[in-house]
Amino acid sequence: MATRSYEDVVEGQELPPFVVERLTRTDLVRYAGASGDFNPIHHDEELARAAGNPTVFGHGMLTAGFVAKCVTDFVGPASLRRYKVRFANRVWPGDTITCRGRVTRKYEEAGEGRIDGEVVATTQRGDVAVTGTFTAGLPRRGS
Amino acid sequence: MAEIDRARIGVWGPEGTMRVELGKIREFAKAVKDPNPVYADEAACVAPPTFLMTVAHWVGDLGATRSAVKLDYRRLLHGEQEFEYLAPIRPGDVLTFRSRTKEVFEKAGKRGGKMLFVIGETEYRNQRGTVVAYTRSTVIETADAVRA
Repeated sequence: MATRSYEDVVEGQELPPFVVERLTRTDLVRYAGASGDFNPIHHDEELARAAGNPTVFGHGMLTAGFVAKCVTDFVGPASLRRYKVRFANRVWPGDTITCRGRVTRKYEEAGEGRIDGEVVATTQRGDVAVTGTFTAGLPRRGS
Repeated sequence: MAEIDRARIGVWGPEGTMRVELGKIREFAKAVKDPNPVYADEAACVAPPTFLMTVAHWVGDLGATRSAVKLDYRRLLHGEQEFEYLAPIRPGDVLTFRSRTKEVFEKAGKRGGKMLFVIGETEYRNQRGTVVAYTRSTVIETADAVRA
């Protein structure tokens, strides 16, 4: 996959959104297995209810992973220099999660062209699940 | 409430190792619904941005390596997570990690009571001794038990 070059990005540019349609319990189990985060509140229905929840809910880092895909689809995985997320609201099975981002700044640092951006994941209810920021170092055109 | 040992803030805990495997990267990429073919390409592959969360497989509970703070797990929230990438992480790499409590501070909660913020940091070095990444997590111990 070709990596985007520094010259091809402008401040204010929006990243193509990434939409996860109707999160399933299987998605949560798959992430638990892949990440090693087996907190049962994300897969054990009985335990989740006993703790006062209507059902199991998504790992914050799963949503953060969806947002990261939105970012690396734009900059390429090798270009990422920093990624930071803040967890706001939880996501539930059946939710549709939309990840969006925007380039906020373009500048030179550490001998490369860099961009900063902000990202957000929202649900179909309009709740913000995750907000975040990223920094990427992009190659020069033709380099 | 948490028990804080101020003398241990900033002190690195014991080291552990994790081998970065292409199969594990593919599994992780699938879990975050990322079909980017680079994650199946041994030569071109770099780890996905949040892949280092898989260190959980190898430590069980990272908190156990951060001995400065004993937290009350009934009152715990994961507030923020940060990744700083200094060099590519590739299949075949053997990463040595160590962790510390970087910072502990209190803030007033919205509904009264104190909230305790604990920033933990983990450093990852590859088999050549190069520091490839830092991860930093902010966990919050609330004044009351976490309610759904």
